[in-house]
Amino acid sequence: MSLFQIAKTTVKSLFSAPATLMYPTKPAKKSKGTRGTLENDINRCIFCGNCQRKCPCVAITVDKNSRTWELDRFRCVSCNCCVEVCPVKCLRMENDYTKPTTDSKMKVLLKSEKPAPAQAPKPVAPPGVANPRSQKPGTPNAPSADSPP
Amino acid sequence: MAKRIVIPFGPQHPVLPEPIHLDLVLEDEKVVDALLSIGYVHRGLEKLVEKREFPEYVYVIERTCGICSYIHGLSYCQAIEEIMKIEIPERALFLRTMGSEYSRMHSHLLSMGCLADGMGFENLFMNLFKVRERIVDRMEASFGGRIIQGTCKVGGVRKDIDEESLGSIVTEMESIEKELKEITDVLIKDDSVKHRLRGVGMLSKEDAYELGAVGPTARGSGVKIDLRMRGYAAYDRIKFEPVLGTGGDCHSRTAVRVRELFQSADIIKQCAKKIPDGPIEVKYTGNPKGEYFSRVEQPRGEAIHYAKGNGSRFLQRFRIRTPTFANVPPLIHMLKGCDLADVPLIIISIDPCISCVER
Repeated sequence: MSLFQIAKTTVKSLFSAPATLMYPTKPAKKSKGTRGTLENDINRCIFCGNCQRKCPCVAITVDKNSRTWELDRFRCVSCNCCVEVCPVKCLRMENDYTKPTTDSKMKVLLKSEKPAPAQAPKPVAPPGVANPRSQKPGTPNAPSADSPP
Repeated sequence: MAKRIVIPFGPQHPVLPEPIHLDLVLEDEKVVDALLSIGYVHRGLEKLVEKREFPEYVYVIERTCGICSYIHGLSYCQAIEEIMKIEIPERALFLRTMGSEYSRMHSHLLSMGCLADGMGFENLFMNLFKVRERIVDRMEASFGGRIIQGTCKVGGVRKDIDEESLGSIVTEMESIEKELKEITDVLIKDDSVKHRLRGVGMLSKEDAYELGAVGPTARGSGVKIDLRMRGYAAYDRIKFEPVLGTGGDCHSRTAVRVRELFQSADIIKQCAKKIPDGPIEVKYTGNPKGEYFSRVEQPRGEAIHYAKGNGSRFLQRFRIRTPTFANVPPLIHMLKGCDLADVPLIIISIDPCISCVER
């Protein structure tokens, strides 16, 4: 008779600790290698734009002239691609997940405090066209899309 | 003849995790015909291949499906590597095999949990998900992501597993197997489960073959199709046999998944013991030029990835034939003649993944 096959498991579960974690009161589990939140040590950033070009979801916008680095957290999928291509290793992936928000946007704008190098580097391409994808009108990362919808 | 009525099923339905719509033509309580429509979650991922460079496209392709993401990535990388004639290090092949089997385990547990939930067996559903959590946690610790592991890249893998973790994987897997045995016995042996699943959604061996069923749907009917036997990644160095069922009903398909869980656990243990030392990736230069069909076994069955490169950084064409897409004709066949109350169970028993179908 195997009508109550699960009874043993159920009785055991009754007398053991809960399998779930009472999340807000207890901190969530963390693993060392988890890809959670992307962070940038902006003062070490050289604004090369590699992360912007390689980002598969067009979440990063780098502006060399104003020395800013912008990340749209809602677009970022934490794939770690930018961290791998960063030549100065100023990008890093933290192992805790992004905090929730009630805002419709979640953009992080970082501006370098360090002044630009004394002699301006030779511009390889006109500023802003490093990533032609983000320049299309209507793309969420295009500068024009920053105005509220 | 009874009057025919049409009942819409989905896209929002308690048993469906993803949107699929069926128009069920009923005569009294019997389904006489089912008309399927999809198109609720189409994202155009295949077209995106023209906008993303081929090494970065792997991140996109992994997001085709939330459950079998790892094997999509593996298959894509395999296709590019074959086109570019890149030789992958042994260690990377073993790591890919382990990743595939971890994702197969958590996918099967999810599918069986949904099945238990579909028949109203909440307790079993929660217990199955409890075990799944352990597997997902291990995936997060080893690969960096709970579901989307994202470690496959063209030329190898991105993350290595150290010796200490490999040892703990074996001991942990043994304890998971013990826990699994207790829970899955309920799915196989419990009278109420048997009563609910036996004889429901019959698919004979001939029909399964002719309609092109793949994966556990085909194997549950006794068709011996398992792409892993072709020996991609490190499967040619692992001992295993395809799991076959005989009944061809929902219970048989579930039993196949249960036995595949233990098979996957065994493959992971074999990999952890046999894995050789060495590099995990190779450097490569150049761009893909040529085309390749990559065939892999996903938790739901055979997936085919077609890639065509023209020598530039962007692929010219990319196409996926996903297992659920192949399992739709058998599903429609199974639905004809069943009771209305069995429809949710039959749909869940093929483990549908609609995001995969629509890409």
